Amino acid sequence: MESSKDTLLEIQNLTRRYPSPDGDEPLTVFENASFEIKKGEFVCIIGHSGCGKSTILNVLAGLDTATSGAVIMDGQEVNGPSLDRGVVFQNYSLLPWMSALKNVMFGVKARFPKWTRKQVRDHSYKHLKMVGLGEGAELRKPSQLSGGMRQRVSIARAFAIQPKLLLLDEPFGALDALTRGTIQDELIRVWSGSDQTVFMITHDVDEAILLADRILLMSNGPYATVAESVEIDIPRPRKRADIIHHPAYYTIRNHLVEFLTTRSKLIAEQYDSTSDTRNTRPISVRPGLSTEDSKADTDDAPSFTNDLSVETDSPTLNIATGH
Amino acid sequence: MTSTFKAPLLSLILLTVLLGTWELFTPAVKSAENMTEYELLMGGASEEARVPPPSAIFVKAFEEISDPFYDNGPNDKGIGIQIAYSLYRVLTGYLMAALIALPVGFLIGMSSLAYKTLDPFIQVLKPISPLAWMPLALFIIQDSEASAIFVIFICSIWPMLINTAFGVANVRNDWVNVARTHELGNLRTALTVILPAAAPTIITGMRISIGIAWLVIVAAEMLVGGTGIGYYVWNEWNNLDLTSVIFSIMVIGVVGMLLDRFFASVQSAVEYQE
Repeated sequence: MESSKDTLLEIQNLTRRYPSPDGDEPLTVFENASFEIKKGEFVCIIGHSGCGKSTILNVLAGLDTATSGAVIMDGQEVNGPSLDRGVVFQNYSLLPWMSALKNVMFGVKARFPKWTRKQVRDHSYKHLKMVGLGEGAELRKPSQLSGGMRQRVSIARAFAIQPKLLLLDEPFGALDALTRGTIQDELIRVWSGSDQTVFMITHDVDEAILLADRILLMSNGPYATVAESVEIDIPRPRKRADIIHHPAYYTIRNHLVEFLTTRSKLIAEQYDSTSDTRNTRPISVRPGLSTEDSKADTDDAPSFTNDLSVETDSPTLNIATGH
Repeated sequence: MTSTFKAPLLSLILLTVLLGTWELFTPAVKSAENMTEYELLMGGASEEARVPPPSAIFVKAFEEISDPFYDNGPNDKGIGIQIAYSLYRVLTGYLMAALIALPVGFLIGMSSLAYKTLDPFIQVLKPISPLAWMPLALFIIQDSEASAIFVIFICSIWPMLINTAFGVANVRNDWVNVARTHELGNLRTALTVILPAAAPTIITGMRISIGIAWLVIVAAEMLVGGTGIGYYVWNEWNNLDLTSVIFSIMVIGVVGMLLDRFFASVQSAVEYQE
């Protein structure tokens, strides 16, 4: 799959190894992770703890470096952090001595240094309003806000600087289910009104289906890799209440859960580090479509469909995992 | 009655009991009219040196405080003038220490190379009693006034330096990452993220330093003499005027408390909750 014009981000054979303290073989967290993200696409990545999702996100952000491989955004190699890539961390990363508004203004001022103070303020306030903060709440310090409100401020700050790529590291991981739901809705709303490209880590399968155009599935670490790329063929706009009634919802959901409970481990076990013939591209999967549709859609990447009975011991899968 | 009233009331009762006991157990002083000429010349304390009762100290305090800035020559200056001299020395030495300790502390906190390079020096210099520097300072500087200021400088530099370095080194990585993802330069990161993040720790160091400086100035002024509250205490001891000694001890305590209160209010202004 060569990069086309609408590809924003290309990740090529990204590998991260940590040197072992006693001089043994280094620990390889993930190896040969390759995928791309199109402009305006919402991509979620799911995988078990320790597979290196956060490391990948930090490499994309420019806060961490990979052992080998490259990240190319808009034809340029990513090398250090940049305002073109906004990050929302799980722990909010708001500066605790500033009010919510000042936190957003902090980002906006860095992004648009030539703006007047009033421009910065108005732009920041507009984005806080978009996530439902205002009427005095913007003047509170982070410690005086609930977890959900803090994460709203983080999201407002990230959208306000209008990055080319928005990176979300489990942004709702620390929130209770009800708050999470409302903020997911807000995120969809804010995202729909923009042409923002988003790359998001999550542990929550339902959240991923609700938000993503495509979900990347990672096998277990060590030697983790991006094994599958699952297209979410559910039309937008999506609503949390309605999406579960869509015929494709449970097919997709079962596919994801089945991967996470069985195959992510299987792939890791089948992996033989001495003869790595693993395909470095994730297999493209469209469990939400019927067999005929997905065949028409298949390009050079190997693909298989939502026929779950074939899946676990599918020859396609085995080829893809190096057997 | 709420506890906001209880504590001050108990403090007041305790004070009354202590002062009352002190007053009661102090034998009466002979009145000056009944003294012999010899006794008058000797300050009335030749036979038995005694700690004066609180009432005498109150009278003395009232006299001194009602005219704090009189100046009757080198050995008789008002308490206000003495305190002003001491404060001048403390603040000069302290500010000079801050000018060096804060930037160097920043450097040490941000660079582990600078930390490792300077750490052995700090470890050896820190435990030296500031007064041990006095002879060397007097010899090199050849000025008692400047030597006293130097002693204040050298004693107040360490807590500020160490706390600044500690505060800067322990700024949460998340906040530094916020600065990095917003492409802030080093100087702007230092001023807009690291400084406010480390400010509570830095101010704590400055508060410890001013406390130590105020402790040390009394001793330093006893050595260099001339002016200042430390000299005043020693001078009154030489005059065997224990009333003035006790009064000046109280003044030292009150001024020290005010300095500390000032830094406490700065501290609460820069404090933040995570």
